[in-house]
Amino acid sequence: MQRELKQTATIPFWRDERVLKILGQIIFALLVLFVGALIYQNMRTGLAKQGISLSYSFLGNISGFDLAETSIPYDRNSAYWQAFLAGLLNTLKVGVVGIIFATILGAILGIARLSTNFIINRLATFYLELFRNLSLLVFLIFWYLGVFLKLPRVKDAILWPGDIILTNRGVGIPWGIPTASFPTFRLILLLGLILAVIVFLAFRAYSQRTGRAPLTLLWSFLAFVLVALVGWFILPVKPLTLDLAFVKGLNLAGGKILTPEFMALTSGLVLYTAAFIGEVVRAGIQSVSKGQVEASRALGLNGFQTLRLIVFPQALRVIIPPLTSQYLNLVKNSSLAIAVGYPDVFYVSNTIQNQTGRAVEMISLVMLTYLLISLLTSVLMNWYNQRIKLVER
Amino acid sequence: MASVEPVLPPMSERSNILRWARKNLFGSWYDAILTILGAWIAYWALSGLLTWVFTVAEWKVIVVNMRLLMIGQYPLEQAWRLWVWLALLVFLSGNSLAIWGRGSRYAIALLLLPVVLAFVFPFGDEPRKWLVILTVTGLAGWGIGRTSPEVLKRSVIAGWVISLPIIILLTRGLSESETGFLPDVRTNLWGGLLLTFLLTVVGIMFSFPIGVLLALGRRSELPIIRWFSVGYIELVRGVPLISILFMMSLMLPLFLPDGWTVDRVIRAMVAITLFSAAYLAENVRGGLQAIPKGQYEAAEALGLSGAQTMIFIILPQALRLIIPILVGQFIAVFKDTSLVAIVGLLDLLGMGKTVLAQPEFLGLQREVYVFISLIFWVLSYGMSYLSQQLEARLGVGIR
Repeated sequence: MQRELKQTATIPFWRDERVLKILGQIIFALLVLFVGALIYQNMRTGLAKQGISLSYSFLGNISGFDLAETSIPYDRNSAYWQAFLAGLLNTLKVGVVGIIFATILGAILGIARLSTNFIINRLATFYLELFRNLSLLVFLIFWYLGVFLKLPRVKDAILWPGDIILTNRGVGIPWGIPTASFPTFRLILLLGLILAVIVFLAFRAYSQRTGRAPLTLLWSFLAFVLVALVGWFILPVKPLTLDLAFVKGLNLAGGKILTPEFMALTSGLVLYTAAFIGEVVRAGIQSVSKGQVEASRALGLNGFQTLRLIVFPQALRVIIPPLTSQYLNLVKNSSLAIAVGYPDVFYVSNTIQNQTGRAVEMISLVMLTYLLISLLTSVLMNWYNQRIKLVER
Repeated sequence: MASVEPVLPPMSERSNILRWARKNLFGSWYDAILTILGAWIAYWALSGLLTWVFTVAEWKVIVVNMRLLMIGQYPLEQAWRLWVWLALLVFLSGNSLAIWGRGSRYAIALLLLPVVLAFVFPFGDEPRKWLVILTVTGLAGWGIGRTSPEVLKRSVIAGWVISLPIIILLTRGLSESETGFLPDVRTNLWGGLLLTFLLTVVGIMFSFPIGVLLALGRRSELPIIRWFSVGYIELVRGVPLISILFMMSLMLPLFLPDGWTVDRVIRAMVAITLFSAAYLAENVRGGLQAIPKGQYEAAEALGLSGAQTMIFIILPQALRLIIPILVGQFIAVFKDTSLVAIVGLLDLLGMGKTVLAQPEFLGLQREVYVFISLIFWVLSYGMSYLSQQLEARLGVGIR
């Protein structure tokens, strides 16, 4: 009797949930591995037929093509990996400049969207609706072909206040040129940075000790500016001389010449991403309940203090995660550079791949690069997010 | 006894406007500066735009190439097939508007749009005829929908579901021979807005189930399934769409066994589907996380199996919660399809490039790209507007 009952109570293994789960996973894993192996095998045979084997050693070969703009020394006698690196730096350049300006414009738009001023409010709404529903690629191509390349020729250049020259060969802006005393000035700036950090730490310690909330960042920044200004004026030779862009024959010279490709890509990305950041900022500010503002006013804080100590820190918590994904979007969207001919990492890789026929290697390299950039950005933003997160019980 | 205060006369209209302006435009000195600055920007932008649209721009390039931009090289004698499925869609839209739409005035305005378009813009006779037919079918659908909304609900939903295969079938054709019924139209002839539309619809339709499966996989307690889902989602979300499109168009032929070929349009569809599935998975995961644990426990207490719990209890609630986000994702897919122009497909954007290569229309980039942008804008904005209406109707987010 006892034995019989025990027998009926045991579940056969093909109906035992624990066994099934493990078995199912093993089958799934085998399936994935099998498909992966199949693809790999097909790829090997396919490549072998073309007479190439999978290898990255070609990256050391001489590239033989020029790039329109690079941040590192590069010419047609450099190696492929140097071309790739130059492209990567161009991507990072667009990414960093784009993120800075998109954040500023986005914050302005988000605040303007909540303004009680009717016209400002409507303008911001219109801007957000306009850009959020555009196709970025179509806009970028329009922006490049229809605006930046349609600027007047160099001899009829448009002059904007602030010595900015607009032509279809690029935009010239004033730029500082380092002089003999620049290395010393750099050291002074470093000193200023150290001082700023010290001021920051001191104020934070003071804030934690007393519970007051001094304008820590502002004072640190002022400390840095003060050191920089003192350095600027005590040095016998000014560390930077202002160099204005000017028209020279059929070209621009002097100052800093920004190519139409760079301008179109960066400003297009900024205008587009700012609309999304604007929405993020608006949602963040609106997420702080009105009671918080009223309570802080009741405690006697003035408008600025309310904004700085109550609204802003709480809004920031809501803003940071979606802001991160907008930053990532901007960097990933910068790969559309290929449509406007700006030599970013994707464009350069495509050129290399066209020349060498190494599609698998180059595409995997590009994907890996973007993955690393995405990973780094999200690690950085997650670290920041952790710091400002609400500390709960 | 206190004397009764004399009743003040009502404020005049004029003083209301003044008060409004005082409050909303000139509240303080910086408000006034902002108002003047804003008004100046608005005037400058608007006048510049209007001057360009009505005096400078040469819209002939659009008028002449309308067919290319809309359907590409699709054979003209077969174009009726596209109009037929468009009529089907309009009919279903009319039905849906009658059943779910709130303001019937808007519905009629929307359905009358084809006729308005037909007579405002210089179309040929054939498209005009079809646009009128579209309006008639739309109004018919609306009328039928009005008669018995409750009965028709299910059949309308079924109609939407089977419309995709019908669209593909009509566009693609049935018979191999030139003379047979519905002759084959190869995908290399698909182009313009038609291709953009098909890429979008196929991308959305196929990425949706994959996205739901990935989301469930990511929340699964089985480690191998979870790792696979997480790996896939993060990998795809970490790289730009254009790199996946290139991978598909350059590497897919390598991945497949010898002798297998996949045509370029299908490759692009696969790339868009795989890309959008990862993003959808994250959206669906958000919805799943919002469902309280009690729902799972209650389902289990009622004796439902794991799969039943998911299909009948959890997913319906989770998906309902994220309708607005899903629509946003679909709009993103629609806007992203323009990237296929970079890998050489002739979608709306690719067609625009082709049009600009015609010698008589050199240098008209502004007109062509503004027109293309306008199409993308109107359709995206329309989708998001409709979704807002739907949200309000279904009471999503309001409990």
